[in-house]
Amino acid sequence: MKLLEVDNLTTYYKLKEGYVRACENISLQLDRGEAVGLVGESASGKTTAALSLVKLLPENAIIKAGRIMIDGHDISGAGEEELRKIRWKEISIIFQGAMNALNPVRRVGEQIVEALKIHEKISDKEAIRRTAELFDQVEIDPDRVREYPHEFSGGMRQRVMIAMAIACNPKIVIGDEPTTALDVMVQAQVLQLLENLRRERQMGLILITHDLSVVGETCDRVAVMYAGQIVEDGPTEKVFSDPAHPYTRALIAAFPNIEGERNLASSIPGNPPNLLYPPGGCRFHQRCSEAKAGCRDIEPAITELAPGHRACCHLLQGRVKV
Amino acid sequence: MNSALVKQETVTLWKKNFSSFWSIFRENTMGLIGLIILAIFALMAILGPYLVDISILTVDGVTQVMHPPTAGYVLGTDDLGKDILASVIIGSRVSLLVGLAATVISMVIGTLVGIVSGFYGRAVDTILMRITDVFLVIPWLPLMLVMAALLGPSLGNIIFVIGITSWAGTARIIRSQTLSIKERPYVERARAIGSGDGHIMLHHILPNVFPLIFANTVLVAAVAILSETTLSFLGMGDPTQVTWGMMLHFAFSMGAVSFGAWWWLLPPGICVVLVVLGFTFIGYALDEVLNPKLRRRDQ
Repeated sequence: MKLLEVDNLTTYYKLKEGYVRACENISLQLDRGEAVGLVGESASGKTTAALSLVKLLPENAIIKAGRIMIDGHDISGAGEEELRKIRWKEISIIFQGAMNALNPVRRVGEQIVEALKIHEKISDKEAIRRTAELFDQVEIDPDRVREYPHEFSGGMRQRVMIAMAIACNPKIVIGDEPTTALDVMVQAQVLQLLENLRRERQMGLILITHDLSVVGETCDRVAVMYAGQIVEDGPTEKVFSDPAHPYTRALIAAFPNIEGERNLASSIPGNPPNLLYPPGGCRFHQRCSEAKAGCRDIEPAITELAPGHRACCHLLQGRVKV
Repeated sequence: MNSALVKQETVTLWKKNFSSFWSIFRENTMGLIGLIILAIFALMAILGPYLVDISILTVDGVTQVMHPPTAGYVLGTDDLGKDILASVIIGSRVSLLVGLAATVISMVIGTLVGIVSGFYGRAVDTILMRITDVFLVIPWLPLMLVMAALLGPSLGNIIFVIGITSWAGTARIIRSQTLSIKERPYVERARAIGSGDGHIMLHHILPNVFPLIFANTVLVAAVAILSETTLSFLGMGDPTQVTWGMMLHFAFSMGAVSFGAWWWLLPPGICVVLVVLGFTFIGYALDEVLNPKLRRRDQ
């Protein structure tokens, strides 16, 4: 039994003009202690997909379809009250932009104590002791629990967010671009910390990022999203060394390379489609350098290239290996 | 919650915060003048019964009536022979008490309405804000007069009437700030960790609107004290209490103006003006201290 199983998750945003198809038919699996990277351009539906798991969406979002199973327990039909218990105890989130996710006028420690006390019936003293312990685990001096967020550096605040996320021993942690605003050294430290915690606690980690190098360093598997759909997913090494989908190839090519000749990485021409009116057929066909006639009209089916490596492209129909 | 964590270092932190606040505040001449004025009146109110013999205020028929200021009566006497200086000192107690108590009521209602309205939005916001609008657009003086007349003249009623008619502006200000704060990422985070609405309002929004409440309190206090004087002057006050407003009321109705008894009219009037001025000065100073955008560079 997988720790997390998501089948055909579909979330739309309702606007006056119609529905924004922010994420469609997302299927994901996650084992204990496994890390899955969710990569894609901005506005490709990564965050929507992840937040749909815990239903922390803006008011105009509608989860159209999909089944979410945690440890074999179906939570797709859970009400707000049940979800409040599931969040943090089962799935927690490391928020995007730790700079703003801490209340500036309250002590850092208090904010973690808050998370603990909502979910566990423990005394103040016990909560404070646990908070100090958590600080120790994320490598911050436990004496600093009494300080205010402005007294912390960016990396430390991100550590605090991690401490908050793991406070109630969740089975799954969603990291929503946890290292985006940090410099590379601090980024490496934070990623190492996440890696250690994941191994120690056997947590499942869903890492949302647009930084392929982060995925390459930390994730066992990767899912590439484009225009609200997963276009390719598989073991990280496999996807990076032998990308099957033209979008994955373009994404990898667009990533700047520190070594070798000095030239700008090749970007993908055009812009991501407006998801209010997504293009027919394959959603990538307008920007795809290898698009054929059929790509415009027929939606491609999922092709299983190898066990656990799947992609969604017409060009692969000929090279099915299964 | 988590009181132990807070207590340990709160005292030192408060000291730190206060000293940094004080170092900016003390540069502000206006604020200092306001503070000194209020400190004098506060001392006067607290020490009042020790400063003057209350028995001077009882009418025994022996004292001199409508006496101009002399050595014996520094500020003269009124139509019943009561000493004006003593009346002013004793009157400060009730005037300040009414003003402050009414301010507390006004701030509690204003903050509550503002936060709830801004936080929940939609129907709740519409209903609460329309009620606020009613209190904002109705001329407050007639409203106060009608309410005071209906409820009858007693100290508690005066406090209630002033409190209930002066919260609308505060509610508006707090609401607009709440609207901005509730969209901040830490509120979303608080919701994600499972905090309920009450918890978020109390622990995340209230601390963030607190400077606003603080600065507003001072200005509302000035209005409340002025209102008390106005109500009493117009005869809606409690006739058994000595307040500055009641003094003015009796001075006016007993013909102090036509008699030329300036010593009866001026002292309570000047006291009211000074106290209101003190609060207003501090209000402006606080605005400058708490709002970094208004601070001058060299501070």
